[in-house]
Amino acid sequence: MSKAVGIEIAGVNLSYGATHVLKDVDLAVRPGEFFAFLGPSGCGKTTLLRLIAGFAQAQTGQVLLDGRDVAPLPPWKRDVGMVFQSYALWPHMTVAKNVAFGLEERRLPRAEIDRRVAQALDLVGLADLAGRRPAQLSGGQQQRVAVARTIAIEPKVLLLDEPLSNLDAKMRVGVRRELRALQQRLGLTTIFVTHDQEEANTICDRIAVMDAGTIRQVGTPMELYEKPANLFVASFLGSANILGDGHGISVPAGKRLVFRPQHASLSPVDGAALRGPVTHREFLGAAVRYSVRVGDNEILVEAPFQSGGELRAVGDRVGVALPPERMLYLPA
Amino acid sequence: MALAGTRSIGQAALALAIALFLSVFLVMPVATVIYVAFTEKGGGALTLVNFQDFARTDLFVRSFWNSIYVSAMTVVWASALALPLAYLTTRFEFRGAMLVQTLGFLPLVMPPFVGAVAMQLLFGRNGSVNLLLDEWFDFKIGFMEGLNGVIFLQAIHYFPFILVNLSAALRNIDRSMEEAAQNLGSHGLRLFRRIALPLALPGYIAGASLVFVKVFDDVATPLLLNVKEMLAPQAYLRITSIGIDDPMGYVISVVLIGVAVATMWASALVLKGKDYATTQRGGGGLARRKLKPRESFLAYAVVILILALVLAPHVGLLLLSFATVWSFSPLPDGYTLAHYARVLGDSSIYIKNTLLYSSLAAGIDVAIGGAIAYLVLRTKLPGRQWLDWAASTALAVPGVVLGIGYLRAFYGVKMPDGTPLAALWIVIVLAIAIRRLPYALRAAYAALQQISVSLEEAAENLGATKARTVRRIVIPLMTGGLLAGFVTSFATAAVELSAVLMLVQSNSDAPLAYGLYVLMQTPAGRGAGAALGVIAVVIVAICMGLAQLAADRSQRARGLDI
Repeated sequence: MSKAVGIEIAGVNLSYGATHVLKDVDLAVRPGEFFAFLGPSGCGKTTLLRLIAGFAQAQTGQVLLDGRDVAPLPPWKRDVGMVFQSYALWPHMTVAKNVAFGLEERRLPRAEIDRRVAQALDLVGLADLAGRRPAQLSGGQQQRVAVARTIAIEPKVLLLDEPLSNLDAKMRVGVRRELRALQQRLGLTTIFVTHDQEEANTICDRIAVMDAGTIRQVGTPMELYEKPANLFVASFLGSANILGDGHGISVPAGKRLVFRPQHASLSPVDGAALRGPVTHREFLGAAVRYSVRVGDNEILVEAPFQSGGELRAVGDRVGVALPPERMLYLPA
Repeated sequence: MALAGTRSIGQAALALAIALFLSVFLVMPVATVIYVAFTEKGGGALTLVNFQDFARTDLFVRSFWNSIYVSAMTVVWASALALPLAYLTTRFEFRGAMLVQTLGFLPLVMPPFVGAVAMQLLFGRNGSVNLLLDEWFDFKIGFMEGLNGVIFLQAIHYFPFILVNLSAALRNIDRSMEEAAQNLGSHGLRLFRRIALPLALPGYIAGASLVFVKVFDDVATPLLLNVKEMLAPQAYLRITSIGIDDPMGYVISVVLIGVAVATMWASALVLKGKDYATTQRGGGGLARRKLKPRESFLAYAVVILILALVLAPHVGLLLLSFATVWSFSPLPDGYTLAHYARVLGDSSIYIKNTLLYSSLAAGIDVAIGGAIAYLVLRTKLPGRQWLDWAASTALAVPGVVLGIGYLRAFYGVKMPDGTPLAALWIVIVLAIAIRRLPYALRAAYAALQQISVSLEEAAENLGATKARTVRRIVIPLMTGGLLAGFVTSFATAAVELSAVLMLVQSNSDAPLAYGLYVLMQTPAGRGAGAALGVIAVVIVAICMGLAQLAADRSQRARGLDI
């Protein structure tokens, strides 16, 4: 495998008619990194992926692969392997034919093609299904054929467009581990598009959180969780309490106080800065989640559940305690 | 960006070539017809005087109203045949449903003019049915008297267009629509009338307007039934008896186009905002219940009666093709193979011509239809939609009008040896190809729309250029659909007559449909004409079977997931 390459995106703006899909996007993906575009549907993450593959054209900005501007290259000259959300396996070809396609387009000698098809199918564990048609495979197998077809051409980077969305929940966990292991083995720069934060958190080195065509923050899963740069990231990754000024804790103008429910705890009313009645109580198994009304806000507090531990009832007046190091002040 | 440039240059060249073809062989001839209708005879000045002449000539006005009457009554009778069948097959578990389904193909297998003479012999004043009625009950029914004959023949030929569209629409209704109505207290025929029929109305209108236009434009069926006072036959008679310089043929042509356009426009207007295609499909279609024994008997009686009517022209044609003499008797006097010997002997040129013309025309249609579908659905070429619109306007141009347009536009164009372009057989092929293009285009659209764009993007992503992607992915996946389109075009081209009637200059260039028409004119030729008809039906039926097979195959090869 050739050395891994980096991807740089600079000043990209893209519109379809009046719809501004990508707004001033800047991003650098490091060589060999497993990177995720994470965001709600319609945030532009798939468009950004298609831009890298050459299926979308930006009005401004550059996409650099290994430092080279790829704008003049049509999709078939980019060497950017993409696994489609629908897998896009050709129904008129066998598994082996599907995998051989890209190699045939590169006019490789037959023996070389056969060797690399076998190698790619081996890698995904489907060597004995080479003669099947896509329609005869399960969803998970189809997904692996799509991956094999893409890595067979030894692309510079690997793009995965919601590759797990067509699998059932049980298979997803297994398949995402496989994908991670495969990526590690190949050392391939990989971008993974998803709307599922758990998927992104569990397998990616770094994540770009996107919203309404902009990148809101880039960082490792832990950085994003612990140090969200803005309210969107804070509330998109896990749940977050967001408070303005005037609830007992002073918040600077133009900022909001942000904290996670599991970092807060219930305390006696006396001396508590934040206080109010319990309005809901939900048992989650490992924890008990309380809603406490503070002013016109509902604040969530998750207390670890211990057998025999003291529980609060709906209607009890309680205080909410917060360790200062867990308090974040983010721009409103 | 250089690459993107060369890509769209190739596409633009293709689009221009198609645009040129359509302008020369569709737009120009039709424009010529319209232009001539609005210019003074001999002079060049634009005028409405020809239309005033048309309106002042009793024969034309009478023909116009006759045509409207016949078309409207055909729709009424065709609906009367189609509605019970549609109701039966969509609401009940009915084993006869398959039988009814196959009825849908019959009008494609045999256009009405082919069976016209045979139907005279079966249902005419002195035909089999009336002879028997007279003998047993002492009365006769005027099935085939004058305009009634045309209505009768057209209705039993064209009702399947309404049936197919209507039952498809009924089947597409989401079951929850019906369940909601039942939940609110509606059931049975009332539910059918208040929920199912209104939802299926678009299908009915589509079928009915198609029937109206087809009947209005038909030249050969009335003529073979000896009905001359209808508009389309008048256009043909005027041009062939008075000449291509007489403006009346052109005026009639413009009226024919006008009626076709007005009908389609009216149906589009009625259907506006009524596209009820239900996207989330719960259960497939309306719930069906089993028929009680007595209902079942009734249902079969209805189906068998209609089936007998539909098959009558086929049976009559077959009898006629084997008959020695068949006149004033319920069945022929004797049977012979002489007509087939004659047809396969000295008239085999008709069959040869038909096979040649139809395959050329169908080939042209599939190539152009596929190219237009690709340009429209898969490229961003400016103006690509115009190709689709231009090709589809052929639907509103009656065959006889296209024929007249070709004569007028290409007669002045001489080949190096002095023969006019319009006299060459290739012109017949082109006329047929233009007539069938809209259907091949729809088939190509359907085939291409079934291919997810990501299948092509995946190929490009793996290094295939646009052209290579078309060759390795698009065409193989479209093959089934295109093949079905080819065979259907071929089959319907084989029995195309109205344009051909105008364009055949010599017997040696004539296709089968023309030969049949000529032979059927004289009592002595009828047997041979019928034999040709039977051969045509067999050719077309085989093709239809092949088309079905091709479609099934590709469906299966495609697998379950696409």
